[in-house]
Amino acid sequence: MTATQQVRAYPFSEEPGIDIDPLYGALRRDEPVSRVQLPFGEVSWLATRYEDVKTVLTDPRFSRAAAQGQDQPRTREEMTYEGIIGLDPPDHTRLRKLAGKALTARRVNEMREGAVRIANEFLDDMETKGSPADLVEHFALPFPIIVICELLGVPFEDRAKFRVWTEGLTSTAQPIMSLVEELFGYMGALIAQRRAEPTDDLLGALVKARDNDDVLTEQELLSITGVGLLLTGSETVSTHIPNFVYALLKSREHFELLKAEPGLIPNAVEELLRLIPLNPAAMFPRYATEDVSLGGVVVKAGEPILVSLPGANRDAEIFTNPEDVDFRRANNPHVAFGHGPHHCLGAQLARMELQVALEVITSRFPDLDLAEGDEGVEWKKGLLVRGPKMLRVKW
Amino acid sequence: MSTTEAIWKVAVDRQACIGTGVCAGTAPHEIEIREGKAHAPNPEVGPSDALIDAAEMCPMAAITVTEAATGRVLAPEE
Repeated sequence: MTATQQVRAYPFSEEPGIDIDPLYGALRRDEPVSRVQLPFGEVSWLATRYEDVKTVLTDPRFSRAAAQGQDQPRTREEMTYEGIIGLDPPDHTRLRKLAGKALTARRVNEMREGAVRIANEFLDDMETKGSPADLVEHFALPFPIIVICELLGVPFEDRAKFRVWTEGLTSTAQPIMSLVEELFGYMGALIAQRRAEPTDDLLGALVKARDNDDVLTEQELLSITGVGLLLTGSETVSTHIPNFVYALLKSREHFELLKAEPGLIPNAVEELLRLIPLNPAAMFPRYATEDVSLGGVVVKAGEPILVSLPGANRDAEIFTNPEDVDFRRANNPHVAFGHGPHHCLGAQLARMELQVALEVITSRFPDLDLAEGDEGVEWKKGLLVRGPKMLRVKW
Repeated sequence: MSTTEAIWKVAVDRQACIGTGVCAGTAPHEIEIREGKAHAPNPEVGPSDALIDAAEMCPMAAITVTEAATGRVLAPEE
């Protein structure tokens, strides 16, 4: 069967907006582990069912470390800068544990009050400037950046540089290694400052872990603070705030529901995470370290397999009426943050920021609407994340 | 060997667990995901660094590892 399976070009489509290609649904039903060819790299398997996706993400026979040095299926010619995502336990564990302690639910909850204050300050400025305004520029971009800057101890004033690095690193067209070097130079200077004058922010704590306990290399320190925390910690939420607000304004009854019942906002965030992919296309293939049967095929040792998180999140075996937006969904075990050892390190922080964003926006701007309909929405193009880069709103 | 110190207890708070799977990926011999939540098939196990790591890394602090003989909490550290 394997030999005759059709190889489909992937990503299936690259439409702007918040929907996903209906082909995922058809594959889930008829061909749960299929063959795909990305623009670059070798032919890959693609898993689209929830249970299969979870298996690939937790079973140690599917390795990220084994992907290093392979001609990985990918959307740009240059290899993605992988950092911590290129490792397996226990190497991965050693690094993740260091930053993970600062990002537990309890620690993030302590940051919520500050985040609400910051969010309100940005919206004060937007309100003063007057309707209509671009919600991305005035709120969605700066809000997550300042939160991560305060956590790490990085100057918010340098945010224009972070934009350049973030857009470069998530671009499917630009060369990235020179940008990574620039970013590492910048983080290196901040790290040198910590060595001269220790601080108790997260960057200071990681520098101590490096210098006193020798649990990570200098390169790993630069990678986890620069790429893993600073850039990843802002671009993701900056993309999803306008995605979520756009979705709520396009289906006004959902916006009205959250105004009437703000207690539903945490549920709404989970449901929007389930339905709106940050990146509709799969990346970070796992390589089988031995032959594994999965979804009716055998993934042979040395073969890559990708997983579709958006596909898994619409699996009717798990989610009742999976295509419906339901803020009262009782059971929502979505995998928007991934699953297993690489489950998003900042998931609790992202949840908190998205909840705060929807709380302050719905309570302060009850009449919020798209200012020029879809004409006032400009979508990111050629990036590894999908979302509005401009969202003109009025109130 | 075979002293009581060599036995650890692992407990999962299934109310707190949100099923990230970080633990099962980190300590696949001690923890698995069952019906969407972490589960320790053997509540008493031998010492394991991976198990300590799994408890330390849970964002919800849903996994507790204790020394069976003394009840001393080994992870997560507070």
